[in-house]
Amino acid sequence: MTAFTVVTAGSAPGLPVPATPKQVPHRGGEANPSAEALRAKFGGAILRVEVVWGETNVIVAMDRALEIIRWLHDDPSQSYEYLSDVTAVEFRDSTLPIEVIWHLRSIKHRRFLRLKGMIATGQPLAAPSVYDIYKGADWLERECYDMFGIVFEGHPDLRRILLWEQYAEGFPLRKDFPLRGRFSRAEQLRQALAANPEARYSMEELSVADAYAELPQDMRARIKGGESTGE
Amino acid sequence: MGLIDAPTPSVVSVDPAHSEGWVATRLDFLVNWGRANSLWPMPFGTACCAIEFMASAASKFDLARFGMERMGFSPRQADVLICAGRVPFKLAPVLRRIWQQMPQPKWAISMGACASTGGMFDNYAVVQGIDTIIPVDVYVPGCPPRPEALIHAIMMLQKKVMKETMSSTPREEMVPDPTSQLYIPPSRIDTLSQAFGNSIPQTRSGQ
Repeated sequence: MTAFTVVTAGSAPGLPVPATPKQVPHRGGEANPSAEALRAKFGGAILRVEVVWGETNVIVAMDRALEIIRWLHDDPSQSYEYLSDVTAVEFRDSTLPIEVIWHLRSIKHRRFLRLKGMIATGQPLAAPSVYDIYKGADWLERECYDMFGIVFEGHPDLRRILLWEQYAEGFPLRKDFPLRGRFSRAEQLRQALAANPEARYSMEELSVADAYAELPQDMRARIKGGESTGE
Repeated sequence: MGLIDAPTPSVVSVDPAHSEGWVATRLDFLVNWGRANSLWPMPFGTACCAIEFMASAASKFDLARFGMERMGFSPRQADVLICAGRVPFKLAPVLRRIWQQMPQPKWAISMGACASTGGMFDNYAVVQGIDTIIPVDVYVPGCPPRPEALIHAIMMLQKKVMKETMSSTPREEMVPDPTSQLYIPPSRIDTLSQAFGNSIPQTRSGQ
């Protein structure tokens, strides 16, 4: 069990009263103070800092991203307690790198920070998993893997979440993925109907021992390891 | 009911002196009249069409006027499957399983553009019309259809039910494919489900 500490919003001293920002410039403006702190702490691992529409993007070296996020979470002067999103962007221009994006929020300091890690063309699609820091990253990283095929190294259970596990057509949000999928409609329907709903939807009704042979590989491994199917 | 025209008018002469109430009619008509006016829907709502379906069932439009008083959220106690909304491929085996679980006679209404054709979702994830999975009796156009459109579809279905005859070929159930993972042999069904019935034990598989 994890012990949680209660954080009151804006509990850090000396914070301005929140107000809706007005006339925010597209580029430039005041950066999030965390960006400067990151520069001081990690130096060369912080590749670029840009302020877009009043929000700070910090482009970090992928191999140190985990270390940076852990520091942002743990350090009392930063205390980014909340991971609001993990996602990725691929551009239509295939020479541009694929970006893996973490949205961090500090409730205590009322700060929002966007971290970006770049995966250059030709590099393996891999990023560090922040599951150890934020348990909420579990499904976010699974969705990102499902849609882009980015492997989050260190994730305990990385498998498809929106599409079914036998889905063989690829990763739908990649730019080289055709809108209607790769297979014919008939083949897509045949594969979909061949799925066994019980293996996914009512494990409690069937005895697990009965359904065991039809379960996906990873689920069999988990049950074998003593994990219960119920919550 | 006033909503449904009897297929053929029959003339019955009644002698008022003999006030024993009896009436002569065709058995087909009587059975169909009963079925058409007590269609129990099984809502399969996946998207915004289901909101319109709820509006149809609520007090303003009141599907209960059409004998659809009871919403069956169990396919075993339902006559009409109303598929309201888009069906992704992941849900396709579930929808078909639900259809196979409904007892005969049964009908299906495909409500809205997405359920009927895939609608605007001509993409990798959405079934292009549920008639590729189950047989559909009435298609309702609209995105989403207004409750009046659904009610019109239900009245069309009632007319269709009224035209059925007992001698006509029964609706073909989809032949179970033993190679499909959806197939459960009858012996397996009886192992999984308990026998029911008071004095005479009956089985779910019917064998």
